[in-house]
Amino acid sequence: MTQSTIWVNDVADAAEVHGSQVTFAVLNLVQINKVWEVRMTSVSMTVNGKAVSGEVEGRTLLVDYLREDLRLTGTHVGCDTSQCGACVVHVNGEAVKACTMFAVEADGADVGTIEGQANADGSLNVIQQAFQDHHGLQCGFCTPGMVMSAAALLKDNPKPSEAEIREYLEGNICRCTGYHNIVKAIMAASGQDVPAMAAE
Amino acid sequence: MPKDSGIGASTKRREDVRFLTGDGNYTDDINIHGQAHVHFLRADVAHATLNSVDVSTAEAMPGVIRVFTGADFEAVGGLPCGWQVTDKHGEPMQEPKHPILAHGKIRHVGEPVCAVVAETLAQARDAAEAIGLDLTELPAVMDMKSAVADGAAQVHDDLSSNLCYDWGFVEDNKAAVDEAINNAAHVTTLELVNNRLVANPMEPRVAVGEYSRSDDMHTLHTTSQNPHVIRLLMGAFVLGIPEHKLRVVAPDVGGGFGTKIFHYAEEAFCTFAAKAVNRPVKWTSTRSEAFMSDAHGRDHVTKIELAMDADNNFTAIRTETYANMGAYLSTFAPSVPTWLHGTLMAGNYKTPLIYVNVKAVFTNTVPVDAYRGAGRPEATFQLERVIDMAARERGVDPIALRRQNYVTEFPYATPVAVEYDTGDYHATMDKLEEIADIAGFAARRAASEAKGMLRGLGINSYIEACGIAPSNLVGQLGARAGLYDAATVRVNATGSISVMVGAHSHGQGHETSFPQVISEMIGIPEDQIDIVHGDTSKVPFGMGTYGSRSLAVCGSAMVRAAEKVINKAKKIAAHLLEASDADIELKDGQFTVAGTDKSVAWGDVTLAAYVPHNYPLEDIEPGLEETAFYDPANFTYPAGAYACEVEVDPETGKVTIERFSAADDFGNVINPMIVSGQVHGGIAQGIGQALLENCAYDDEGQLISASYMDYAMPRADDLPFYSVDHSCQTPCTHNPLGVKGCGEAGAIGSPPSVVNAVIDALQSGGKNVAHIDMPLTPARVWDAMNG
Repeated sequence: MTQSTIWVNDVADAAEVHGSQVTFAVLNLVQINKVWEVRMTSVSMTVNGKAVSGEVEGRTLLVDYLREDLRLTGTHVGCDTSQCGACVVHVNGEAVKACTMFAVEADGADVGTIEGQANADGSLNVIQQAFQDHHGLQCGFCTPGMVMSAAALLKDNPKPSEAEIREYLEGNICRCTGYHNIVKAIMAASGQDVPAMAAE
Repeated sequence: MPKDSGIGASTKRREDVRFLTGDGNYTDDINIHGQAHVHFLRADVAHATLNSVDVSTAEAMPGVIRVFTGADFEAVGGLPCGWQVTDKHGEPMQEPKHPILAHGKIRHVGEPVCAVVAETLAQARDAAEAIGLDLTELPAVMDMKSAVADGAAQVHDDLSSNLCYDWGFVEDNKAAVDEAINNAAHVTTLELVNNRLVANPMEPRVAVGEYSRSDDMHTLHTTSQNPHVIRLLMGAFVLGIPEHKLRVVAPDVGGGFGTKIFHYAEEAFCTFAAKAVNRPVKWTSTRSEAFMSDAHGRDHVTKIELAMDADNNFTAIRTETYANMGAYLSTFAPSVPTWLHGTLMAGNYKTPLIYVNVKAVFTNTVPVDAYRGAGRPEATFQLERVIDMAARERGVDPIALRRQNYVTEFPYATPVAVEYDTGDYHATMDKLEEIADIAGFAARRAASEAKGMLRGLGINSYIEACGIAPSNLVGQLGARAGLYDAATVRVNATGSISVMVGAHSHGQGHETSFPQVISEMIGIPEDQIDIVHGDTSKVPFGMGTYGSRSLAVCGSAMVRAAEKVINKAKKIAAHLLEASDADIELKDGQFTVAGTDKSVAWGDVTLAAYVPHNYPLEDIEPGLEETAFYDPANFTYPAGAYACEVEVDPETGKVTIERFSAADDFGNVINPMIVSGQVHGGIAQGIGQALLENCAYDDEGQLISASYMDYAMPRADDLPFYSVDHSCQTPCTHNPLGVKGCGEAGAIGSPPSVVNAVIDALQSGGKNVAHIDMPLTPARVWDAMNG
């Protein structure tokens, strides 16, 4: 098997999760001495308010750039089909699963991760504090994605109903909490009373 | 007034801060200078002869350091099994070899066949594509009953059949059970499937192996619930590394649910390869790999018969179960359908005669082992389903039938070898009737019916055996390990305390709840106490966290060690206060002489222990550090009653959980907030099993549910708020904290109430449906309604 066919497989994998963005990777394919190789591309972005730049392969996912190149390991990878939501970050203010996006696509973007969520003095922000107060996390692995999704939800919908919270979290899987205390925490973070049923 | 610290306080979790800020340290966050990456080429067929492997092209690919095959592991041991079951004839189970990498034969989709170690993960993956496997495919052994029929293809050619064991329990009771069933006034029979599940902790497994030539020291960072168990199994039985040359570290672990108990091939590989290539070697499972390499759970096919007399008293239970072992025996697999299942078949009821038969079968599937509850959910499900069916057949109220047959006097020796120390099953059912508002169900049903929906109420009781386990007992039952735990309480000079524990916290909040116990005992603030766990170079030899055992077993060890510390500290205080040891009392961090106003602070005593200028050196050693090992006298027996209310859409078969209530008796509770959280999560997994989750293979052995696109994990909008209560507390009589364990209850107690509720809903709508196998998807429910 030649490297070119391997590369095509990778693009096909990426295309499954990303549709039209395959062209980014295609542009990075160069033939050197009759062997297909992957060309590195420069990217620059702002992450948690700080300018960063680096060299990535076309196939490098944003989540891998954050975790491996920038060592921002708070963003987690829990699946390989863009289902679990452990990797949710903010890109230009919108919640994005960082496994669905190539690093090169975030070139020039303003990226926010869990590491940038605390208050300036280092204390937990309102959502983080609500998660602690209401025991909205156990193993902590899905938590960064949950917090980032919750922040995006409350930005657009400051007083979501229980049903709206549950629907919004469709893309974030938690295996520990049964979601009960996560929903409670988000209701509390938005200044709403928690239903009596959920008091325990 | 709720307490704000110590035992019984809902102390907020200290570990949350790092998890909420991205500062957790999970195994995949560990990168070691010079590390190489491994990618496993996994079998994509279920059963085949592996004729040859051609790695020559792959080895020449960019960045490839070395390609390993099964032949590289001929000199080392296979993965060991930690439990030997003896069959009904007194013969040991059949125990196949379990290679690190497949050699000669492939036995399940996902089995690791080759391992490519390369500079980058991408290079390793690319090179794996270039490996050539010469295979001769064989018929896949999938159906358990066919697997043990004559002429079946053999998963293991060196075994006499695909039957691992045929276990009878209690074999001596069989004739009496048969007679009781033959003579019963009424027998209810139910055949059911307990669906195969995948535990799916959100953090996939990871292993990073490291080797230091300078001191011949191996280190494995791994996603484990029990690092000492991994060190022992891998060191002694697989790689031949003595314990003092092997360190196993399990840092923050993102959930376990049982599947991170076991010793896996990838851990042994990374440890072995790190020395072989003289580089740290890292493996991070993808979710797709996790589905086909993490041990699966459940997968029983059962027939249960419940015999009753004319007054509806239970007189006998007889079961026959086929239990899927998968292709190999995972670490504790043989114990799950036997000693963790058969021993619970009495449930909460005084049935005098019980016989359990289990046939464990090898198939061409991923190995099956303990998953949250492990055997006890299977026991509870069949028992609580058949009781509900019996109530319907006899025309009696399902709660009344249960109450009529409850065990009410303790201790109670069941006919299946265990003795319940305490419990009050009526009390939990009383509490359930209150919190679930059973009395208001009729009105809620009427409201549902008014909008065209069917509404059902399902209830059940459960009991489980936790706090595993008395070592001498499990030794007789086939365990190849002791099941004590250990803790070291290290008091520092200025009075703060580090507690090194064998238990491992991967969501349970030990770093918060364990200090609550020490704080209560000594009377110093919780934040003066830290818990150290997850590193064999730091913590004493404890057996880890599973079977809801952390507090009951390791917590007991911690209490024993703290008692030793306090006894010694009292001697030092007596010296400082010029009083007798016997007169010293410790309260709120102060030692006082009984009946006087003389006192000395905790910190002054601890300082004296480490700066022994004024100290009885002739009588006691300096320092203040004690270790205790605790081996429990019995299992603990948490129990409770659960209720589920569903709406079923008669047009689509879709089931919606409207209410879910749980009344549990966990004995004493250290942190009610954490306990409620454990129950919530367990219930969600139980509802997942009942309505959504199914690990599915096709007839050729292809795993067709190997991603979150195909395996239906419960999402937030599948679930309601739960009403949970643990105010019914009958303390365990044999451990110092009186605790029973709460980690698995939710997953054990919830599936039967969900299914009972759906059946109740369908029956209320005139549908004569007696049973539907889990998961109760809309398609299955619709088929049952319209079949």
